[in-house]
Amino acid sequence: MITFLKQYFTDIYEAIVSLLKGMKLTGYYFTHHKEIITQEYPENRATLNLPERFRGEVVMPHDENNEHACTGCSACELACPNGTIKILNKFEVNAEGKKKKAIDTFVYHLELCTMCNLCIVACPTDAIKMAQTFEHSVFDRSLLTKKLNQPNSKLREGIE
Amino acid sequence: MISLENISASIHQLLSANLSQTAVILIEMSIIALLAITLFALLGLILVFMERKVSAWIQIRLGPNRVGPKGIFQTTADTIKLALKEGFVPDGADKFLYKLAPFVVMIIAMMLLAPIAFAKNFAMWDLNIGVFFITAISSVSVIGILMAGWASNNQYSLLGAMRSGAQIISYEISAGMAILTIIVLTGSLQISEIVNSQSNGWWLFKGHIPAVIAFVIYIIAVTAETNRAPFDMAEAESELTGGFHTEYSGMRFALFFLAEYINIFIVCAVGATLFLGGWMPFHIGAWEGFNHIMDFIPSSVWFLGKTFFLIFVIMWFRWTFPRLRIDQLLNLEWKYLLPISLFNLLFMTLIAIKGWHF
Repeated sequence: MITFLKQYFTDIYEAIVSLLKGMKLTGYYFTHHKEIITQEYPENRATLNLPERFRGEVVMPHDENNEHACTGCSACELACPNGTIKILNKFEVNAEGKKKKAIDTFVYHLELCTMCNLCIVACPTDAIKMAQTFEHSVFDRSLLTKKLNQPNSKLREGIE
Repeated sequence: MISLENISASIHQLLSANLSQTAVILIEMSIIALLAITLFALLGLILVFMERKVSAWIQIRLGPNRVGPKGIFQTTADTIKLALKEGFVPDGADKFLYKLAPFVVMIIAMMLLAPIAFAKNFAMWDLNIGVFFITAISSVSVIGILMAGWASNNQYSLLGAMRSGAQIISYEISAGMAILTIIVLTGSLQISEIVNSQSNGWWLFKGHIPAVIAFVIYIIAVTAETNRAPFDMAEAESELTGGFHTEYSGMRFALFFLAEYINIFIVCAVGATLFLGGWMPFHIGAWEGFNHIMDFIPSSVWFLGKTFFLIFVIMWFRWTFPRLRIDQLLNLEWKYLLPISLFNLLFMTLIAIKGWHF
């Protein structure tokens, strides 16, 4: 009986303490408006504050010599769960007369992409990455099929 | 000094000087009806907006801020939208009861307004059993909810209505016990006498620990009685798609929605009257200067301030606490609140008999 009563009042005490703890936190948020995380989007386009890991679309960075790091291994194409990436390879003949595989077109279907990040994880040479752009709406669906490697771009030296 | 008491008295004098007694009563009643409806509309707009802003700030959001400055016309726009919507009646519904239910809920909310003292000597009907009247009438509102749930001919609605019935009937007991705890001290059920008994301090402070316990139990019980989260088993969006008002749309839905907020206002007004001294200003013992300054604030402002503070606390509950399951809900009432409030009432009676309170 005594243990029951003890348990009963301990339960009540602990419940009240934990509820008050919750109310303290929400009361803090209620009075401290600087904690608000909502952004008023169209007005603050210039000062958008996107989280570091926000994923908008897949891009392939090119350096100033118009060179990229994609070897055309198609690991990203295999990693993609819904066929967003299609890599078309070509064979180039280099100065020594050897044939070498290189990408012809890196096709990226933005309309199919779910921004799951698996292609970026799969890439062995970090040739592609996620950009933070998110205003993707266009009037024609075909505009969403993108070619990621720039015209006349080459594989950077030293990347196999 | 202009006060609501003076205005109502001068209107009464003006009318009685020129008209027969029957005409005076008829005109005064229609003025009161008009005022009550205006108050309802205003309260609906203000409380819904307040709820949305409070919830937004608690959840680290901004809340409505597009319609009008700071979004203050958001609820007006919503009301216009609801008024223009089609009031849909399902084929299998009991048409008469289906259409009647929102009005039953609304009329009961209106009747509850009658004994509440909004300012000094300013109440519609200061009857001698005011608090009893409120507890009695507020339990009738479950009939409106059951009517809505049954007439909709929808399993979700019926389940929601049944839950609401179980909930209101059980929580009414502890709300009644909490009210009784204060009635033991005042010795009167009349609202004006309850308020007058607190002229030298509010019962929350004068009644020692039992008054505080009663206050907490009252707030918990009325939150459950008004079907609000964390006790929103009657609506339960996540499992019953909306409970008893699943099938309602347009203005009939708006009436249910409005009645919920009016009920919150009324239970908070009663709570403010019983525990926080109604329209009585805040006085501290012998601080003459401080008390004098407090007297300058109009009594209606005191009443509304206390009521809105309690409404804010209930909103705070809603956006902080996790929801209860229906069995946990009934456990809380029958195993915790009811025994505690019974012992609390006993303890308070002892205090009142011995005269230990201030």
